[in-house]
Amino acid sequence: MSINTEMTLRVTAVTQVADNVRRFRLERPDGGPLPIFSGGAHVVVSMVDEGRLRRNPYSLMSPPNDTAAYEISVLRVEKSRGGSVFLHSHVKVGDTLAVSQPVNLFPLDHRGRKHLFFAGGIGITPFMAMMAQLEREGGAFELHYALRTRSHGAYWQELQQRYGTHRVKVYCDAENMSIPTARLLQYQPLGTHLYVCGPAGMIDATLASARNSGWPEQNLHFERFLAPPPGKPFRVVLQRSNVQIAVEEHQSILEAVEAAGVDAPFLCRGGACGQCETAVVRLDGTLEHNDHYLEEAEKASGKKLMICVSRFHGRELVLDL
Amino acid sequence: MAIAFRQETFRDDFTFRNSRDGIRRFPFPFHEDKYMYAVNIEPHVPGQAGTAYEHLIDVDEHYVAEMHDRALVLNEDPLRCQALPHMMSAQWDTLELLMEQQAQGYPEHFTLTRDGDRWRWINRPLGIDQSFVFGDRSTLPCEPMEYITRQAQGDFCIVDQRDGNLWMDAGMVTTQADWSLDFDVGMNFMEWHAPVPLAHEIGVFDRALKFLLNLQLGKPVRRLNWTMTINPRLDTSPENYPKWGPDRASVTPANVGEKVHLRVELQTLWRLPRSNAILFVIRCYLISMGELVTVPKWARRLPRVLRTLPDPIADYKGLTRYRGTTIDWLSRHDDGAPTSAGFFPD
Repeated sequence: MSINTEMTLRVTAVTQVADNVRRFRLERPDGGPLPIFSGGAHVVVSMVDEGRLRRNPYSLMSPPNDTAAYEISVLRVEKSRGGSVFLHSHVKVGDTLAVSQPVNLFPLDHRGRKHLFFAGGIGITPFMAMMAQLEREGGAFELHYALRTRSHGAYWQELQQRYGTHRVKVYCDAENMSIPTARLLQYQPLGTHLYVCGPAGMIDATLASARNSGWPEQNLHFERFLAPPPGKPFRVVLQRSNVQIAVEEHQSILEAVEAAGVDAPFLCRGGACGQCETAVVRLDGTLEHNDHYLEEAEKASGKKLMICVSRFHGRELVLDL
Repeated sequence: MAIAFRQETFRDDFTFRNSRDGIRRFPFPFHEDKYMYAVNIEPHVPGQAGTAYEHLIDVDEHYVAEMHDRALVLNEDPLRCQALPHMMSAQWDTLELLMEQQAQGYPEHFTLTRDGDRWRWINRPLGIDQSFVFGDRSTLPCEPMEYITRQAQGDFCIVDQRDGNLWMDAGMVTTQADWSLDFDVGMNFMEWHAPVPLAHEIGVFDRALKFLLNLQLGKPVRRLNWTMTINPRLDTSPENYPKWGPDRASVTPANVGEKVHLRVELQTLWRLPRSNAILFVIRCYLISMGELVTVPKWARRLPRVLRTLPDPIADYKGLTRYRGTTIDWLSRHDDGAPTSAGFFPD
């Protein structure tokens, strides 16, 4: 049973917003309203790239109460496993894409008296929706946005115009500027919640700094989407479906399962939500756990695998699928 | 087709009754001649016409009387309705969902018109015509959850999702099977389920929590739960236990048909769009034994279910004192013939 209800949406605008970033505007072909969502939500976009089905998650960046269209921004990553290059080079106005219902794994904590956002690069996108929502609901926020150069960074000018430079601060690597993390985290009013989205190193450093300053764990939020990492090809037996599948270098187990016509549940496809947790029936080899969901003890047990990002090295892997 | 709303009471003289059609549409919860706990969660999609599943939010002939009873409960005990301050966007989500569903399902009774954030809500059975600004609480007579749940059947809990858990942070609870919002408000999923025996040990709540944390927008789910209540009383709350607890000792062979009621909860769970919270609707349906046995299949099945019910479940549901008397009475209506599979009457 696939738990995603996909919508077919038409691409109504493609805009180059920075050196390697394109924004795609998606609308219902009949002009009807799209579901309202909550800031921080993502959708999974399905595309057929050279005969292969790709499903990638993208944060929604348009205002959450705007039911006319969804907007996503896609960073072109050369030598990636696909998806971003496909969207950049093949998708044009008038094309249709299959898009999942919005799912939020990076929600605002509504108890926050102030919301402090740290964005790195393309990690800006969920915050754009969150800021629009907070502006509408009257919530306090502050954005600190790190980018490589001003021409690499998307949206910083329009965000400063819309929300003011007192609420939107921009830091450029090329100008030797960086977010003064430690200082910012030491001087926040009680009840502030921190949200980080960006490269893994930035997330780790920010969280470490916050913990050092004595922030409670409940006030720390981050979005750590993983692209499924590549690796050596291997084979997997799906016991219930009674098929053997090959997982290629640039393919996840989940994608190989789907290519074989077997339905498996998923939500985030980035090792965060736990929906694709799969039981290991038999194993002769080593599991490569790449997710952020399973506890260390569960990973060590060898009994469970998050098939959206994790891999396998060895002779035989039998999954309960 | 317009619903003929009944004038009736759920207290004092207990004039509550189901019409013949009302009996046929009762959500009978037993699909076979026995009962055991199961993970009976299924997609909440519209069902057959003439059943309680026809519309996703069900309005029936008891609507007006139930809303009157809710007002009486709130008048005596305002803490039956509570919302913590961070739940305001979830309150608006709830108002939108209930207005949309009621207007869509029952256009002859409810009308919702929208012009951006300027909304107009017409509720004909209760004589309400309210224009307001969506998102601006000063344009409604009370907070949005209280406003709309005074106009919708069932109890409502809004649970916030954070830190990998669910938190009972708002609710309107006046038709409950012996639990208290005032006691549970602010608790997380494991805390408010703590009193349930056995289920924790076998991991039921771990699995249920995992499932609910990933509940999706546009994909509500439902499950049925049941118990029995003496007299058609909606408000069987711990706060009012002295008013209804002693009723359980009043059942005699002569009054089972009128006094003993099967109480079914149609529970639905909805992901809310703006707040990412979950709305938990607990809709209560009552049917007397006398009404129930007018459906031959149910008359045969219920005594069989009660007879084979494991004692711990009967104890937990509070049936022990009148279970035997009720089975004896019901058995007169069971001719021993086989029953067909499924919930619905033949």
